[in-house]
Amino acid sequence: MTSISSDFVTALPEIGLLAVACVVLLVEAYNQSRAAVYLLTLTGLLLTAALVVFTGAGVPVLAFNGLYVDDPMGEVLKLLTCFSAIAAVIYSRQFLTDRKMLSGDYLGLLLFAVLGMLVMISANHFLTLYLGLELLSLALYAMVAMERDSARATEAAMKYFVLGALASGLLLYGMSLIYGLTGSLELGKVAEALHFNVKSEIVLAFGLVFIVAGLGFKLGAAPFHMWAPDVYHGAPAAVTLFVGTAPKLAAFAFAMRILVDGLQPAHGDWQQMLAVMAVASLAIGNIAAIAQTNIKRMLAYSTVSHMGFLLLGMMTGSLAGYSAAMFYAVTYVLMSLGGFGMVTYLSRTGAEAENLDDFKGLNAHHPWLAAIMAMVMMSMAGLPPFVGFYAKLTVLQALVGAGWIGLAVVAVLFSLIGAFFYLRVVWLMYFDTPPAESPVYGQHAGDAVMLLSVNGLAILLLGILPQTLLTLCALAVQMSLR
Amino acid sequence: MDIKTLYLVVPMAPLAGAVVAGLFGKLIGRTGAHLVTILGVLVAFLASLLIFQDVLAGHTFNGAIYTWLTSGNLSLEIGFLIDRLTVVMMLVVTFVSLMVHIYTIGYMADDPGYQRFFSYIALFTFSMLMLVMSNNFLQLFFGWEAVGLVSYLLIGFWFTRESAIYANLKAFMVNRVGDFGFLLGIALIMAWFGSLDYQQVFQMAPQMAGHTISLIDGHPWSLLTVICVLLFIGAMGKSAQFPLHVWLPDSMEGPTPISALIHAATMVTAGIFMVARMSPLFELSDTSLSFVMIIGAITALFMGFLGMIQNDIKRVIAYSTLSQLGYMTVALGASAYSAAIFHLMTHAFFKALLFLGAGSVIMGMHHDQDIRNMGGLKKYMPITWLTMLIGSLALIGTPGFSGFYSKDSIIEAVQASHLWGSGFAAFAVTASVFVTAFYSFRLYFLVFHGKERFHNAHAEHDHGEEGDSQGHHGAPHESPWVVTVPLVLLAIPSIYAGWPYIEPMLYGGFFGSAIYIDALAHPAMAELGAEFHGPAAMALSALTTLPFWLAVAGVATAYYLYMVRKDLPEKIKEKAGIVYAILDDKYGFDRFNDWFFAGGARLLGGKLWRWGDVAAIDGVLVNGSARLVGQIARISRYLQSGYIYHYAFAMIIGVALLATWFV
Amino acid sequence: MIGVNHYLILGSILFAIGVLGIFLNRKNLIVLLMAIELMLLAVNLNFIAFSHFLNDTAGQVFVFFILTVAAAESAIGLAILVVLFRNTRSINVQDLDKLKG
Repeated sequence: MTSISSDFVTALPEIGLLAVACVVLLVEAYNQSRAAVYLLTLTGLLLTAALVVFTGAGVPVLAFNGLYVDDPMGEVLKLLTCFSAIAAVIYSRQFLTDRKMLSGDYLGLLLFAVLGMLVMISANHFLTLYLGLELLSLALYAMVAMERDSARATEAAMKYFVLGALASGLLLYGMSLIYGLTGSLELGKVAEALHFNVKSEIVLAFGLVFIVAGLGFKLGAAPFHMWAPDVYHGAPAAVTLFVGTAPKLAAFAFAMRILVDGLQPAHGDWQQMLAVMAVASLAIGNIAAIAQTNIKRMLAYSTVSHMGFLLLGMMTGSLAGYSAAMFYAVTYVLMSLGGFGMVTYLSRTGAEAENLDDFKGLNAHHPWLAAIMAMVMMSMAGLPPFVGFYAKLTVLQALVGAGWIGLAVVAVLFSLIGAFFYLRVVWLMYFDTPPAESPVYGQHAGDAVMLLSVNGLAILLLGILPQTLLTLCALAVQMSLR
Repeated sequence: MDIKTLYLVVPMAPLAGAVVAGLFGKLIGRTGAHLVTILGVLVAFLASLLIFQDVLAGHTFNGAIYTWLTSGNLSLEIGFLIDRLTVVMMLVVTFVSLMVHIYTIGYMADDPGYQRFFSYIALFTFSMLMLVMSNNFLQLFFGWEAVGLVSYLLIGFWFTRESAIYANLKAFMVNRVGDFGFLLGIALIMAWFGSLDYQQVFQMAPQMAGHTISLIDGHPWSLLTVICVLLFIGAMGKSAQFPLHVWLPDSMEGPTPISALIHAATMVTAGIFMVARMSPLFELSDTSLSFVMIIGAITALFMGFLGMIQNDIKRVIAYSTLSQLGYMTVALGASAYSAAIFHLMTHAFFKALLFLGAGSVIMGMHHDQDIRNMGGLKKYMPITWLTMLIGSLALIGTPGFSGFYSKDSIIEAVQASHLWGSGFAAFAVTASVFVTAFYSFRLYFLVFHGKERFHNAHAEHDHGEEGDSQGHHGAPHESPWVVTVPLVLLAIPSIYAGWPYIEPMLYGGFFGSAIYIDALAHPAMAELGAEFHGPAAMALSALTTLPFWLAVAGVATAYYLYMVRKDLPEKIKEKAGIVYAILDDKYGFDRFNDWFFAGGARLLGGKLWRWGDVAAIDGVLVNGSARLVGQIARISRYLQSGYIYHYAFAMIIGVALLATWFV
Repeated sequence: MIGVNHYLILGSILFAIGVLGIFLNRKNLIVLLMAIELMLLAVNLNFIAFSHFLNDTAGQVFVFFILTVAAAESAIGLAILVVLFRNTRSINVQDLDKLKG
């Protein structure tokens, strides 16, 4: 067992982030300078990213008596989580300023949410998993309700809260059953116990069902997805941007920790559950999105379908499948940042650019923004040469490699149907006449547009040269499996 | 310059033009946009000419240019296969594209989306070139999807209707059906051949000929037949073959230059090109060749019928395009690949000419497309008149014109074929000579000759619709030179492109190894070659053959009905209505459909032509599935009721289902 | 003799009541919060029962954390409820239907 001080070194990124979050709250209490908290938040996230890099060991390191693990997969995901949070903060600066929401309260909550994600990513124990999850969720509930005078936002927050609590309950119930079965809460020991003897198959199956349901909720996979459209729709665009991006990386890590690190011996069982959820998500996500007129709702359903793909990658149970799922999660976050970022960025005081109609004729006024949005949409649709294509391709390859050809065909079929609603956005932006008065004709901030450009070009560049990221994901997963 | 660099220049020049015009359209202005794209396509055309010289000198090329990524044994790369087949396609694509670019300057002069439009047609040219130059299936598929995407976006260029979502969804879905088949075909190739490279697949093909796979237990099918049929389903979508043809007439909603470039000359022929490219595979499967031939024959004949009663000038030509694509497909089925490509080439010239001519007429008529409102335009638009006449003569196969050589070769090749279904195909292609001649000259007479009907038509028109009367009362006028010059430049190859090329292309082994024919099994082309005594003799002897007299009869009938006895068409229509009513009652189609398609039947009423096309395929299959998806989408919206307890219930149901399933 | 199974059955019954409370109750949002609390308590019962019968204290430690988090959760839930009431003048579950589709 390692000494206490080395335990703290392993958890240095989280400790640093916690300190910054507390400082942000203090500054808010005594100073209330918006510029100060804003810059402090960004610095804190950058600092955390730097600490992740510096403390990275390259091999899995356990800390705090097995409560906590630091491995290459976790490091990559943490790094990306920090960057995604930074991007979300920068995209939403103008939006938050306009609505007087840019404060230490909001940014403090955001930092605590990120902290929750980092804990989830590094968790090696049911307790840390649960605490990380709750830290993230509680912060998110509050963020959704942050726009206090909006009936829509508070309704969304209430729904999110009730359903989220239900999902936590299911997850905990599942954990308690697995605990009773294996006598351990640490993932590695759970796997060991399950490997050698299983006292009751029925308890195991029930436990799995509840855990998978809780996971499904966090990921937003059907039939546990129903919170997503309402929350994405009701929350202020900046919060939707945050809720729809980085937490998916954490949810992926959460699923990997629980299912692969902890319940790998029961792979045969959860594989089929994931397959069922994946197919349901692909079907519901792609089809329901067609009938949407609100782009935030549409993207919510699109998220559901993307999570279907991610689950397909995970269910194969192969190294290729896990790294494909990780690659998918990363590209999904990149694309969502672009999509929701654009919605946030185009929104102005008093109105959000959230209806599909608001994107009509965007090309006529902001050709460059329209081009970025078009790239995001085409990438989400899975068209080459954008990165979304490779994400789908690697998942399909992993599926075919594991012999699930039928599922691959289903996935292709639904993503073909799904391509329609993404291309409709492109079509609206380029071929429709813009309305005379629209919320999107406002002043635009330079820092956000530069980052959006980088985001859009990354989607294209990673599509042309996907090899680096693919290899990175494959290596990270390979080096982290125990 | 290195020849490899030259290959790259061909697709990259239009791409550069597209990027510049698309991103910096505002900056460089209208003139800048059309100059830069035209320059790009011109460079591509000149480079294609140089490559053509080089290929004629015997230098072919097959290799990768850039490797995208390697993952396992699958490597994705961009590669070119430059041989004689490719280079013919490159010339056709770049030439027609160049003409269309120039023409667009005039046609789109007043459109606010001018720069964007140029950017898209240049982008299309790039995609199409990548498609034809590809040396592997994956790149072929990318090009295939890219041209489809641009076409899909351009159909909607002027679309402002409320129902736009579902109308677009329809074109989209039809092509998805085709693409799905195509993708499955490619996947099968990947699975069985372990490679996506043309050369490797073709080399392995003969060994795979004996393999069978059973899709349904106990019914083994030849692997190659399944692959070929699946690939051909892709071609059916793209090249608008029955029953996936329904999207093409609708695509006429797009601007006319698009109809000429994409929906007549190039993109829709991608399917034909693909099958010719895959000749080493198709040659090994007689079943799939028969399938190809029969589908082509149905398309050639029945789509021609539909052209006979259309009143929209562009739709007449659209149905004519369908019919001619059917001809090419029949030729493919008869193993006369070279004849198909030959017809593809001549058709590209004269059909682009007809479309651009129609566009010129539409401009002259102040954007009225109804041929019943035209007449006597010859006096007002002499250049358009002459070039359209040339195009029509080429289309109906007048001896000496380019269309004659390609079309007659196809008819003869089909007659010489011995495959199952060739009898029907021979009948269909011969009969549709009459049909072609009839609708072509019906259009011609109604537009250019007879009484000038536009005066009263416009009066009515204005009365009913918009108040924009300015310019509507003016007489038709000839189009500006940017429009007429491409017409003249296209008219030249429409006349001349047959005579000097038939001998080398069809019988002189021009295509060399690019097209493979199993001469023992499918000797049609070889037999034709033995009987061929030069283009002049062919033209002379045609005067004594059935197709020629059928064409003459078609023209004569059109003349009689639309120039002499103008009252007859109406009467025939009424009579046909009674005939239909009788048929209708006897077969009880209506009642059957009432019961079977529930509600779709109302669409079936009315005219005979509406049955096959608009109602059954369009209404039930295509709109039906589009509507079905839309319906399910709406139901799913209903399920998302907004109530927390419903959401919680869904989650619990999910848990319960998983639990009962797995415990 | 009361064995681990009895505790489990009691736990599952409590859990089921909590879950049913969430989707059967169509009136008051506060009842929803109570139902959530009940679910968590059922889980706690499970943990304690297992912890006792496995002779492993980790389960009981987990329960403390769950209790703490549940308290925080209730605080946030009630806060959202207050804001909601301020906006809509209602805490009726059936009135939460503005977001749908």
